[in-house]
Amino acid sequence: MSWVTKTLSSTLGRKLIMALTGLFLILFLTGHVSGNLLLFKGDGGEAFNIYAKFMTTNPAVKLLSYLTYISIIGHVIYSIILSLKNKSARPVGYSVSKAGTNSSAASRNMGVLGTIILIFIVVHMQSFWAQMHWGSIPTVTYGGEEYKDLYSIVYAAFQVEWMVALYVIAMIFLGVHLSHGFASAFQTLGLNHKKYTPAIEGLGKLYCIVVPALFASMPLYIYFTQS
Amino acid sequence: MKLTLKVWRQKNASDQGGFVTYPLDGISKDMSFLEMLDVLNEELAEKGEDPVHFDHDCREGICGMCSLYINGKPHGPQQTTTCQLHMRSFSDGDTITIEPWRAAAFPVVKDLVVNRSAFDRIIQAGGYVSVNTGGVPDANEIPIPKVIADEAFDAATCIGCGACVAACKNASAMLFTSAKISQLAMLPQGQVERKNRAEKMIAQMDAEGFGACTNTGACAAECPKGISLTNIARMNREYFSAVLSSDNV
Repeated sequence: MSWVTKTLSSTLGRKLIMALTGLFLILFLTGHVSGNLLLFKGDGGEAFNIYAKFMTTNPAVKLLSYLTYISIIGHVIYSIILSLKNKSARPVGYSVSKAGTNSSAASRNMGVLGTIILIFIVVHMQSFWAQMHWGSIPTVTYGGEEYKDLYSIVYAAFQVEWMVALYVIAMIFLGVHLSHGFASAFQTLGLNHKKYTPAIEGLGKLYCIVVPALFASMPLYIYFTQS
Repeated sequence: MKLTLKVWRQKNASDQGGFVTYPLDGISKDMSFLEMLDVLNEELAEKGEDPVHFDHDCREGICGMCSLYINGKPHGPQQTTTCQLHMRSFSDGDTITIEPWRAAAFPVVKDLVVNRSAFDRIIQAGGYVSVNTGGVPDANEIPIPKVIADEAFDAATCIGCGACVAACKNASAMLFTSAKISQLAMLPQGQVERKNRAEKMIAQMDAEGFGACTNTGACAAECPKGISLTNIARMNREYFSAVLSSDNV
């Protein structure tokens, strides 16, 4: 084995991949939520549709989107590899365990939380991403240029109660996942220092509430302001 | 005190094992947990039964030999070693469940005794410094700033009991390994083998079948010596910088 494959197949190397892909996905979420705030603009979706076209056609964004797909897949695959190894590290469990006294529930259930989020991502991408790329979407014209009316698809989707409920619940799970994942990624990278760690942990707590709350507010806003 | 003990009994490594319940009476609150087990074993010996096997040595909290997963926590309800746990931490009428450390890398030898030589092999892989033979060096010959000496000493207080592995949901040995890497990485004497040490000790840790780290912090929360998670971050830095710059292609 070369030193690269040896490193990336060690537990620390695998954890490094989890941390780097996780942090990239955190960056992605920041961009994703910022752009989607255009849904609140109240212009009938014009700004959102122009933004959606930019996001699916701009070459730089395309490169970022491929990195995002790789990050999601890498994060999932390595979490499975690590979970299997972790499971085999304790073949016989304890009959009495008070894990709740020494660690947070989020930190102990990252795999379960991640699985729920993955299911959500599949449904979410099928609803909007696949529609935008391959679906038959109505078009609108702004200033003589034709745009796919993704806004109308989003608007229609969030008239459905179970879709709104799914999104809100998924965002709660995402928040819990991030409540541990954000700071944990920095620890794995070896970035633990009394000067910065309190700030990283604080930022993580803020992030895991604000970003999922903003995401969840979008279906709620559309559902409750429907005309 | 009157107690009910649920103790893991297992004849040998290949035996399936199971819990056996023992009622115990006349236990003083001032006894240590191991003295309480001594009382149980005397009763068992008098009855001609096989006493419960458990590891112990110094009974001063400094050797790292005692273990026991007591009522769902390594070393029991207090953040200390089992030998320093006293029966005043329990109440009259309590049921106490005692299990061995559970990890693939720590196979059960008998009853509550587990084989922790996986830790020894991690140390053998690189947890040492090479020194010249001959006369004993003078104390304080190598100047080391107090803050660094203190931090290295904090890491060196790890007694290798394995509570971190027992507490971790992944049975990960990262807190132990990181303490052992840290104590030498911070000192001048540890620089010669620094990169090799990080690579070899982590390779050995993986080979022993310990799990990965999820940063739950359970290990540090249960460590009787208060070894902190900053050591795991330092180990990660040591390892990543070692693989990027060592001569091991």
